[in-house]
Amino acid sequence: MSCTVRLTNKILSLILLGFGLFFSTSSFASSEGEAYDAKEFAMHHVADSHEWHIVGNVSIPLPCIVIHDGLHVFLSNKMPEAHHGGEAHEAAAIHAADTTHQHGGDHTNHGTAITTHHASPAYNGFYYNESGKIVHEDGGFLLDLSITKNVATLLIVAILMVLIFTSVAKAYKRREGQAPKGLQSFMEPLIIFVRDEVVKPNLGNKTDRYLPFMLTVFFFIWISNMLGLIPLISNPNLTGNIAVTSALALMTFLLTNLHANKYYWGHIFNPPGVPGWVKVLLVPIEFMGIFIKPVALMIRLFANITAGHIIIISLIGLIFIFGKAGENLGGGFGGAAVAVPFALFMSFLELLVAFLQAFIFTMLSALFIALAQEEHHHDDHSEHAEAHH
Amino acid sequence: MDLFTIMQAAEGGVKGIAAIGAGLAAIGAGIGVGRIGGSALESMARQPEMLGDIRTNMIIAAALVEGVALFAVVIALLQG
Repeated sequence: MSCTVRLTNKILSLILLGFGLFFSTSSFASSEGEAYDAKEFAMHHVADSHEWHIVGNVSIPLPCIVIHDGLHVFLSNKMPEAHHGGEAHEAAAIHAADTTHQHGGDHTNHGTAITTHHASPAYNGFYYNESGKIVHEDGGFLLDLSITKNVATLLIVAILMVLIFTSVAKAYKRREGQAPKGLQSFMEPLIIFVRDEVVKPNLGNKTDRYLPFMLTVFFFIWISNMLGLIPLISNPNLTGNIAVTSALALMTFLLTNLHANKYYWGHIFNPPGVPGWVKVLLVPIEFMGIFIKPVALMIRLFANITAGHIIIISLIGLIFIFGKAGENLGGGFGGAAVAVPFALFMSFLELLVAFLQAFIFTMLSALFIALAQEEHHHDDHSEHAEAHH
Repeated sequence: MDLFTIMQAAEGGVKGIAAIGAGLAAIGAGIGVGRIGGSALESMARQPEMLGDIRTNMIIAAALVEGVALFAVVIALLQG
């Protein structure tokens, strides 16, 4: 009985989350007051941004840290809003042209002149260009180290992981020899799962050496995937960012190749038991394989998560396509009747994908590292094969 | 229609070519994952005691096939 109650509670909360996504998108679209462009909306949704959109017109400005003639730190709401191809940008461009005409080359003065009136389209000469990047009016070199939405999410995930794992580790010290309790008993099966089902089948007796890396990667990917499924915090698309996944894949690449033994390199540059003319073909392919494996890891995670976000946002976008962005109310309700159940279904599927992608990334990392350290028993195999022939 | 006119038509902004390509890749990945899942089910039915191993290997193989389809998705996104 309590189990069913809990299940219905979960389903209800998920439905509410679905509606949260619906409302956040609806108010956003209506505030635009222009034709709904599904593709642009989806792309905007999965991209990184300088503000954290919550609901409707409410969004949290994030700090911009820009190095351009010294360090500039300011909140992103000081700058004009980055509407794609909207008036703000054009105004900023016109303003930029104006100020350069008026002030000529006098940069030290006009920076302070602009800060005095708040409604100016550019802040200290900084504004967003068409692709949402921060640029300066003088068009000079600029290093953008801003805490964007993805960076903020990364920090949140890092803090969450530190909190969870230090408290669990402390619990193990405090309750030594006793049964796990609380958060500890939630994390223990997951950690045991990663160790016994994911890492140990591949790495065997070297498991303990790589387990810290594997656990970190697994929980980092899983937690960030799950954070991306919460609509009311604007679905931060952390693992759907190619830079994040490439950093993760780079770790695996370095571990694989730095800890590789001589047989691994031997198999790549001098494959045993292969005639010379085949080596000409095989060596370049094997050499490319060194890089293709981590690149495939990178693309798999990035594309899976990004595709999931785009599918859900496109399904929700159907409401606005059928409703003609608010003109056709009946069409909107019809679209919602189709789109919300589908979006709900996709959200459930994404819960599975979130876990599966963390699992696959960890599993394949363990597999690649294990393959690079495999001891030399390939000759035995080929001898056996020859004996059979 | 000769080749030149086809190429002209293609350059004149035939939209959605990349989407068709992604769709074709999805067909290939569907066949691949379907075969993997089918044979995994068969072997699980035949040898239920190997269920864990088979499932793990099935997921790995499915992920590898799926990766190819996702390459196509990424190319389609880049093409617009």
